[in-house]
Amino acid sequence: MQELERAGMGSVRVTRKGNNVVVLEKDLVTEQMVLAMGPQHPSTHGVLKLECLTDGEVVTHAEPYLGYLHRCFEKCCENVDYPAIVPYTDRLDYLAGMNSEFAYAIAVEKLLDIEIPRRVEFIRVITAELNRIASHLVAIGTYGIDLGAFTPFLFCFRDREIILSLLEWASGARMLYNYIWVGGLAYDVPADFNKRVKEFVDYFRPKAVELYKLLTENEIFVKRTRGIGIMPADVAINYGWSGPMLRGSGVKWDLRRNDPYSVYPELDFAVPVPDGKASDIGDCLSRHLVRALEMEESLKIIEQCIDKMPSSEGFNPRSAVPKRVRPKAGEVYGRAENPRGELGFYIQSDGKSTKPLRCKARSSCFVNLSAMKDLSKGQLIPDLVAIIGSIDIVLGEVDR
Amino acid sequence: MEEGKVLSQSLQQSAAAYVIIHDKFGDALSAFDANETMPFFEVLDTAQWPEIALFMRDHPKLQFNYMACLSGVDYQAEEKVGIVCNIESLGQRNHKLAVKVKCARHGGSIPSVAEVWHTANWHEREAYDMFGMLFTDHPDMRRILCPDDWEGYPLLKDYKVQESYHGIKVPY
Repeated sequence: MQELERAGMGSVRVTRKGNNVVVLEKDLVTEQMVLAMGPQHPSTHGVLKLECLTDGEVVTHAEPYLGYLHRCFEKCCENVDYPAIVPYTDRLDYLAGMNSEFAYAIAVEKLLDIEIPRRVEFIRVITAELNRIASHLVAIGTYGIDLGAFTPFLFCFRDREIILSLLEWASGARMLYNYIWVGGLAYDVPADFNKRVKEFVDYFRPKAVELYKLLTENEIFVKRTRGIGIMPADVAINYGWSGPMLRGSGVKWDLRRNDPYSVYPELDFAVPVPDGKASDIGDCLSRHLVRALEMEESLKIIEQCIDKMPSSEGFNPRSAVPKRVRPKAGEVYGRAENPRGELGFYIQSDGKSTKPLRCKARSSCFVNLSAMKDLSKGQLIPDLVAIIGSIDIVLGEVDR
Repeated sequence: MEEGKVLSQSLQQSAAAYVIIHDKFGDALSAFDANETMPFFEVLDTAQWPEIALFMRDHPKLQFNYMACLSGVDYQAEEKVGIVCNIESLGQRNHKLAVKVKCARHGGSIPSVAEVWHTANWHEREAYDMFGMLFTDHPDMRRILCPDDWEGYPLLKDYKVQESYHGIKVPY
């Protein structure tokens, strides 16, 4: 598109034919139009408003407006005790509550400098990885819907429901768990939990392949996403991208590997990075591909955790939970690999109070979304939808 | 730094990075605070902060190419507000360092580093939104989470919420 404009063709009316952009009319006199996408729009995945300046079908400028879901997370944190923040963290990224709790627990435990029982660590990893799969299923399913594929969405939600039932069985809640506590867990997992998780892994493995064939290799889907919204690796790093977004740009960076926490160093799993064969590195399809391939790695992690987990004999999930969380004065930046990238908590303690002086959530979606302005320049409006979908935002985490 | 203290490997890396920055900028920086949870230094001469940031990003031995987090903080006792930046070298040298910059609590300003790390763009807007410090030379200095006509800066410790907003009662 920009090449056409550079060639001095002025405003053009174009259509997409295969991988080519075909010019229907050129030298059109078009008025700039302001197009507001959202806050109520299905493809913005929540209450995000994009104010687009359009020239015909081409977006010349898109400005994101946030804050519609701002619930003063950080102010709330300053007014409650450390353990009472855990339920709030669920409500950040409500599609991956376990991962958010995990990240917060890691940050506070680093500040407290306490040792966690081994079984707790394995249960944490299993629940977090289950939640990662559930979250990726939503991302993939809704991305399909954005681009006009309805069936994969139903398949995804069918399988996600099984995971939510498992997590509900363990914690008592479908999405907002309050399960991973500072220093331990709310409860041990139910007696047959591991068996049922194993059954799920065996059930889901062929389903993931089916989903891959149905959506990721679908020709229409590939044509809508391949080569769209390309983000070079160095710019992605400069923008602070993390998680599947950064890996989609070809950077092999996964906090579970590169800044390991919990029991991840003992586990064997790969970090999928697109090789440029099935997709153009850094485009929407690459980001989708990373999510699709990551689910298999999560299944591997879960299987290994079940095998390695110490038995429940004499196990008390709350044995290391402090009676009163009152860290020594200091600061910490603790982080974990969430389905959407790096979720970090900057916590400042004054050493006297049981409430944090400052608790800032570094939200992966917030940072990933900040590149929207650059990504959307010169794109067609339907491609804008493909780009937003590939960023996979959860507005609860963006606005906090 | 205390002599004779055994430092962990990541802390040693951070300390080595600090030494390189300190050699160049000298008194513009405070001493290195070598704690295990978050080693940091403070920029005392705030005017030099963008220059320090650019040096940290581009020096071949530092390569701090990734800003993980930028948090605003209210230092009520010192009558100051400030930012804490967690910066690291992603995939290059794998060291981390935190930098603090402070300014006056009311009407203070800090030079922006949004051109050095794009991450800082929205994070600085958020810090302004919540604490009220201005970032000079920022490309787009507006509120980001609160509405543009919101009164006061919510994360200041002595913040009082406004009575009403467009005729809607705010405190509940």
